[in-house]
Amino acid sequence: MIISIASGKGGTGKTTVAASLASVIPESVYIDCDVEEPNGHLLLKPEFISEESAKKLLPQIDQEKCTFCGKCVEVCEFNALINLKFEIVLFDEMCHGCGACIYFCPSKVITERAKEIGVVRVGITSAKIFFADGVLNIGEVAATPLIKEVKKNIIEGKINILDSPPGTSCCMVETVKDSDFCILVTESTPFGLNDLKLAIDVLKTIGVSFGVVINKYDPSFTEMENYLNENSIEILLKIPFERRYAESYSEGILPLDKYPELKNAFRVLHKRILEKVEIVNAG
Amino acid sequence: MPDKSYKQIVILSGKGGTGKTTLSAAFAGLIKKKVVIDCDVDAANLHLVLKPEIINSYDFSGGKKAIIDPDKCVECGTCETVCRFDAINNFTIDQLSCEGCGFCFRVCSSDAIKFDPSKSGSYFECELPDGSKFFYAKLFSGDGNSGKLVSEIKRKALENISSDIEWVIVDGPPGIGCPVNASVAVADYVVIVTEPTVSGIHDLKRLIELLKTFKIRSGIVINKYDLNETIATQIFNYAENEKTPIIGSIPFDPEFMKALINGENVLEVNKNIQEEILTILRQLELQVEISVN
Amino acid sequence: MKIAVTSTGGSMDALVSEQFGRCQYFLIVDPETMKFEAVSNLGEQMQNGAGPKAAELIINKGAEILLTGRVGDKAEEALKKSGIKIVDGYKGTIKVKDAVNSYLSK
Repeated sequence: MIISIASGKGGTGKTTVAASLASVIPESVYIDCDVEEPNGHLLLKPEFISEESAKKLLPQIDQEKCTFCGKCVEVCEFNALINLKFEIVLFDEMCHGCGACIYFCPSKVITERAKEIGVVRVGITSAKIFFADGVLNIGEVAATPLIKEVKKNIIEGKINILDSPPGTSCCMVETVKDSDFCILVTESTPFGLNDLKLAIDVLKTIGVSFGVVINKYDPSFTEMENYLNENSIEILLKIPFERRYAESYSEGILPLDKYPELKNAFRVLHKRILEKVEIVNAG
Repeated sequence: MPDKSYKQIVILSGKGGTGKTTLSAAFAGLIKKKVVIDCDVDAANLHLVLKPEIINSYDFSGGKKAIIDPDKCVECGTCETVCRFDAINNFTIDQLSCEGCGFCFRVCSSDAIKFDPSKSGSYFECELPDGSKFFYAKLFSGDGNSGKLVSEIKRKALENISSDIEWVIVDGPPGIGCPVNASVAVADYVVIVTEPTVSGIHDLKRLIELLKTFKIRSGIVINKYDLNETIATQIFNYAENEKTPIIGSIPFDPEFMKALINGENVLEVNKNIQEEILTILRQLELQVEISVN
Repeated sequence: MKIAVTSTGGSMDALVSEQFGRCQYFLIVDPETMKFEAVSNLGEQMQNGAGPKAAELIINKGAEILLTGRVGDKAEEALKKSGIKIVDGYKGTIKVKDAVNSYLSK
């Protein structure tokens, strides 16, 4: 089972919700797909058992044999190659590794080599949560290939919690697209509501069922609940806005490890999601 | 050589939700001769506080995507063999998986694949209540062209910029990926908003590493600095080592949250907050002067 | 010798563009005669890779000197490989002809 945790807006508490949920599910799997800014390890503190470099394939041009005809440059949609007439220069970060340049080179002088784009780390926490995350190398612009690599750590037959990057673009879609259920984390502000609507649009487009957790909940912001009620969207959990929770997070301690009321709330959340997924799968 | 008339500052954070937009809105409220641009095109929020009126809207077409025309397709399967993104199955192309490399379009011998740019969002030229120009965008859900849209909205905002403009304020996207790169292009100074949490400092370090490759100077604002004084001190020490000045700090204040909930500019909360932001702005002006000269 | 200048328009009276990869035009100027060729920069519309593409363009136009505001790392790498001298720091408030003259008088 794959449960992804997403939110349009950053900083709503996605990672806290994902890590908290993972910690109340026995033998769960937590996978941090926010490879630009991975933070899950700071809260779950796994002991890493392996670290493997994630690679992408890049063309390697034999400059000695190249005729500088420029065909490779012409077929590259990503402008990763330029022709100086005495050298074909490749800009690694821009290459998507599609292989078109190799296929179309009339002199067949292009081969491939692997280049690291980041690392995938695997570990285990003291509470026996299986942990995986990806760390994108700084300067690398395309995060989706690394997200694909990190997702290879999904374990069938277990409950996999996927922590998505913020936003609603390609990286978020790559993370949530094959989930059984998605939890959208929002906060009681107009920003939170605006970005929640964007995230809901994405999930409806790709057909993933979802529910909402309102973090930093403040009952005075009534627009949030009005919107959710009008659109028959289920509120799975409300976590009140409290300074002590923020303080606990700031130290890298999951608030539910300090405050038992939260632990109970997340146990209830776990049960509710299992019911929801059963309904989805049955229906 | 006469000086360029305006200074361009970009507000970034690495980690989301640290107060980037709130600070951008506060700067916008204090500065008069300005143009404001929201470059968080994935999840734009600044318009919710600044309450602009849209004057013009523009279509944005992002990258190309391949589509198979079933009437022309002879089902030879060549496209599926060459596609490295697993985007082609049963002679249809999954638009979310297609990275727009055009390989399939080029190998297709039946001319059955269309490969054209598609509309992937809109951006808006607006006027703020004080008469200033404001630009923001809306990208279609799930689109992978945020970097290009950022470049385009910035170009639109800066062309024909009035000569009396003194500041261009850019509210940047979170993260360290391609839209961030696009938003810092040709900026004069970057303001990094962080918070004293283990995640905040972790993401701050990654952002500063990235900015080093751009040769742009930056300064740090610590939001909610009294939430965790130990980590706030770590941020101070780190900033000193990196020779990046701390240009301000803002205390954890529930009234801040109230302003957010009500969709108000934090400047309107009380005189203290206004004073704090004004102090940061003075410090920022000083730093930008140093960096320009 | 040819001098490439990043420009916001197609004439010597146009203002210098501070952007290299995303400028609207390159003016390829012959400083002996002050005659020039205006080349529109396709890189202006690109999602990414505008800098290197712009470098490729002016290299293939035979420029030896580049006057501009700021050049990114990738474009700089390509320009250096081709031995083009980069003179940066020009502001977007001066005209192309003044930029060329100020360079020549140095």
